[in-house]
Amino acid sequence: MPEAFIYDAVRTPRGRGKPDGALHEVSSLGLIVSVLKALKERCGLSGEELDDVVLGCVDPVGEAGGDIARAAVIAAGYSYRTPGVQINRFCASGLDAVNLAAAEIMSGQHELTIGGGVESMSRVGIGASGSAWPVDPAIAIPAYFMPQGVSADLIATKYGFSREDVDSYAVLSQRRAAEAWSQGKFLRSIVPVKDINNITLLDRDEHMRPETDMQALAALKPSFSFFAEQGGFDAVAIQAYPEIEKLNYVHHAGNSSGIVDGAAAVLIGSRQAGVKLNLSPRARIRAFANIGSEPAIMLTGPVDVTNKLLARAGVRLEDIDLFEVNEAFAAVVLRYLQAFQLDLEKVNVNGGAIALGHPLGATGAMLIGTALDELERRNKSIALVTLCIGAGMGTATLIERL
Amino acid sequence: MKLENFSFEKDKDGIAVLTWDMPDRSMNVITESVISELNLVVDEVISQSSIKGCVITSGKINFSGGADLNLLSQGAKQYEVARLEKGEEAANVLFFENSRKLSVLYRKLETCGKPFVATINGICLGGAFELALACHYRIMSSDEKSKIGLPEIKVGLFPGAGGTQRIARLMPTGDALQFLFRGEQLKAKAALTNKLVHEVAPTEEMIDRAKIWIISKGKAQAPWDMKDFKNPSGKVFSATGMMIWPAANAIYRRETFDNYPAAKAILHAVYEGLQLPIDQGLLVESRWFAKILRSKEAMAMIRSLFLSKNELDKGARRPKAISPVALHKIGVIGAGFMGAGVAYVSALNGLDVVLLDRDQVSADHGKEAVNKLISASVSKGRATEADKQGILQRIETTQDYLKLRGCDLVIEAVFEERIVKAEVTRRVQEVLDPQVVFASNTSTLPITSLAETSLSPENFIGIHFFSPVEKMSLVEVILGKKTGDRALATALDFVRIIKKTPIVVNDTRGFFANRCVLNFIREGHIMLREGVPPAMIENVARMAGMPVGPLSLNDEVALDLGWRILNATKKDLGEKAVDPAQEEVLHFMVEQEGRFGRKNGKGFYDYPAIGKKSLWPGLSIFAQENFNPGLIDISEMKQRFLCIQAVEAARTIAEGVVMDPREADVGSILGFGFAPFTGGAISYIDGMGIKDFVVLCDRLAIKYGPRFTPPELLREMAAHNQTFYPETNSVFAA
Repeated sequence: MPEAFIYDAVRTPRGRGKPDGALHEVSSLGLIVSVLKALKERCGLSGEELDDVVLGCVDPVGEAGGDIARAAVIAAGYSYRTPGVQINRFCASGLDAVNLAAAEIMSGQHELTIGGGVESMSRVGIGASGSAWPVDPAIAIPAYFMPQGVSADLIATKYGFSREDVDSYAVLSQRRAAEAWSQGKFLRSIVPVKDINNITLLDRDEHMRPETDMQALAALKPSFSFFAEQGGFDAVAIQAYPEIEKLNYVHHAGNSSGIVDGAAAVLIGSRQAGVKLNLSPRARIRAFANIGSEPAIMLTGPVDVTNKLLARAGVRLEDIDLFEVNEAFAAVVLRYLQAFQLDLEKVNVNGGAIALGHPLGATGAMLIGTALDELERRNKSIALVTLCIGAGMGTATLIERL
Repeated sequence: MKLENFSFEKDKDGIAVLTWDMPDRSMNVITESVISELNLVVDEVISQSSIKGCVITSGKINFSGGADLNLLSQGAKQYEVARLEKGEEAANVLFFENSRKLSVLYRKLETCGKPFVATINGICLGGAFELALACHYRIMSSDEKSKIGLPEIKVGLFPGAGGTQRIARLMPTGDALQFLFRGEQLKAKAALTNKLVHEVAPTEEMIDRAKIWIISKGKAQAPWDMKDFKNPSGKVFSATGMMIWPAANAIYRRETFDNYPAAKAILHAVYEGLQLPIDQGLLVESRWFAKILRSKEAMAMIRSLFLSKNELDKGARRPKAISPVALHKIGVIGAGFMGAGVAYVSALNGLDVVLLDRDQVSADHGKEAVNKLISASVSKGRATEADKQGILQRIETTQDYLKLRGCDLVIEAVFEERIVKAEVTRRVQEVLDPQVVFASNTSTLPITSLAETSLSPENFIGIHFFSPVEKMSLVEVILGKKTGDRALATALDFVRIIKKTPIVVNDTRGFFANRCVLNFIREGHIMLREGVPPAMIENVARMAGMPVGPLSLNDEVALDLGWRILNATKKDLGEKAVDPAQEEVLHFMVEQEGRFGRKNGKGFYDYPAIGKKSLWPGLSIFAQENFNPGLIDISEMKQRFLCIQAVEAARTIAEGVVMDPREADVGSILGFGFAPFTGGAISYIDGMGIKDFVVLCDRLAIKYGPRFTPPELLREMAAHNQTFYPETNSVFAA
């Protein structure tokens, strides 16, 4: 089986996902075009070599609809002979795009591909594409649907994470992200987003609040208790996990992932493709896995998919040097740490989505770049990237430096 | 056009008045014959060019109670025949077509091109209200007794003749779902506010107003047939829809634990229907209706909650030879919580009551409790100030036994102590003719032994109320060995007057309901001792269909009472008669921790002065280390809760305590809330199949103990392929 190598990885900074965010004026297409153009320049692509561009996007409607990958290829000045496809596996879309792009290489059918993702949450809006899952009784009822925040609170309740636990983790995420920026750790991957006059709109993650401390977080009210109680979701949680007497509402805006805009792209190819382009591979995609997990609690998929991935790849937990576990909610990461008894010093070492934000369809591809940059900096070998996913799934990828 | 159920007259303006007035019935109901005659009428209105429109009215006090459940039997019978002859799919097609006849008829009326007006007087429910909904204009009587509603959900069905589609097109989706889920009845004012009727008028003016509407505006087009029609809440997939549907699905689960297919069918029919044109929406509704009509739950609920309950209410167990007993005045002895409740429901239903206690203060205290109950009712708008005054006037309080003279029945609700009860019996018989029936509201003492203190044990009977009396609709009538037919007839006539449902049981420790309930509570204790988390015990019991968990229930009835009963049982029947796990749990709670239940603010739950109760953390003493709740078989836990009650119900039948499965079923639902969707404790067994139930019990007995061992009666019935009820399909023929 041919191997799939990572030649480069780029991302936009994450703009605050609100009308006053720096990237709000940039369309979904504009966001992804800026990273595709950067990749083209950095890797000296003519645009003719690419066999496919796979992009994750969670709300592919309106300006992000109708296969934005194909539009992005043309708008970024690649050859019209380069096809594009948009995929959606909710929050892991960006990582799944990387995995599918790698699979096209591993299968021997393609030589050079891009996997990435884009989400303008400020412009399109979360949930804009609609869904049968929460709405249609035929799935909402048997799947014990509840909003993700309620599921996150259910994780905290079931696995015993207190408000203090989740808030402490959030403070750590902020501190690590601030340190990473102050030491320039993200610079290798960051592509500043510029306007048509080449004026920089954003060159730094905008969602961070480095000054966050426990006291500031303690002032925030739980975000999901009202909705859970009024909408009946607390009862749904308890019927799914009847050992629970009542939900412990611990999550709020300060310990949940931020809503942001952004895009990312990873150049993946065979060894020959790299030789042709005179690029040296930075890492190989060693293995990846997908799994369905219990849908009511919804966000525990990273644990399940990690077990599956390690077993399949024959890799031991202790062989892994770094973990990127998407910080959808603090309890998701705490559960992952708890399940594997992991050393916090190996996990999300440069902060995560709580501090930086989670541009849904793009995050997975961003985390590949973040993990790879840090492996290189530490001169370590293996990193595992994983995300929890709506409707109860998990995706994980193992990358290994050469 | 020859009509039996209707009269059809045309006036000089060309407006037809169709008066629904079925012969030999006090209430109009929808039968096969009504459907075919309505079809004829619609054809007539269409074909007669001189007819401008039609007013549908009722010749009776009420408009109609809805569909005759006999109608359903036809479909069920035909289904079986067709399935055997033509195969399953053909039978399904036939059943589907038959079950949507009413829906098709109503749609035909709605689209016939001429305006129809319904004038609604009195009760207009179910299929009858769906008829009104298909009319182009609805006028409702302003009379207080006029009510509209779609109560089908209460017997495991849902409105399948256009009800879900038309309601969801008249009301905002959230309101529509609530109206359909609750099956509640609305008076004219509320119906008008909710746009379910167009106009409210005095009964006698309704027909004239209907005619005026036809002449002046009469548009024969439903709103949803107009081009620019929009659903009241807009599209399902919209920002508004996202505010409604996820919560609706969750609330469905919260309220039903996903045990009621008819309620889920309402969600499906409305969700799917709102995304379709009305005709397609009606079709989808019909598909769900056919499915629900053939569901085990609907069958069981119709049988127990409608047919059996009605039969028991009408005196199915009453000795026919005894002529109705005239009851005007009753005596209630003991003005405590139960006595006051009995006095209240009696006075509420027009009986004069002598409320007697050992001193005037105590008796007055009981009347004050009645005052509180009726005042609460008044403040909620359920009764008037005049009702209140009437009730209070009918209750006379006293400490003087002579005041009991003239009573047609005496009920004692004094302290559960033989000596006290014997004293009351003696004193009553000193002042009253021994022919006057004397009833004891005991819940623990055998009637036969209490009757021994009476001069006329044939007139001694048990009337066991459930607490709180004003809310619980079941009454256990207990026959002592010597209780005579006249006493039974009197008790049943009394129960009928106070509008409760009686079951008649033979004398035994715990009678019927308490035997089953105590088993349920004990199972909770045993699970706790096994190390099952208390929250899981409580939640899974509710998921099984019980109204409250066993620990909550025990807190309500008091733990020290349970502890006393356990010790009494041990003393009377020996060490082996009590479960050691239960003994350990109750000993710890009562003796060691002094936790008696809600009454002293601490039981299995803590009861803070402000806020909700919560499970007592001290229960962690029963927790097991490294317990993994994920490994618990939830469905088996549910089975344990229902089986332990059902097997006890079967024992009461085997022992001859309960003589009729209908009484066990109705009694179990009304008495202690046994999972209503099963149709009751015996229907639960029948529905599973006695063979499977015996297998399940034997399996649970091996795993958890001999308390699950089924009685021989069940093994014999299983061996002979018998059921408690005649075969499934004949249920509908009742």
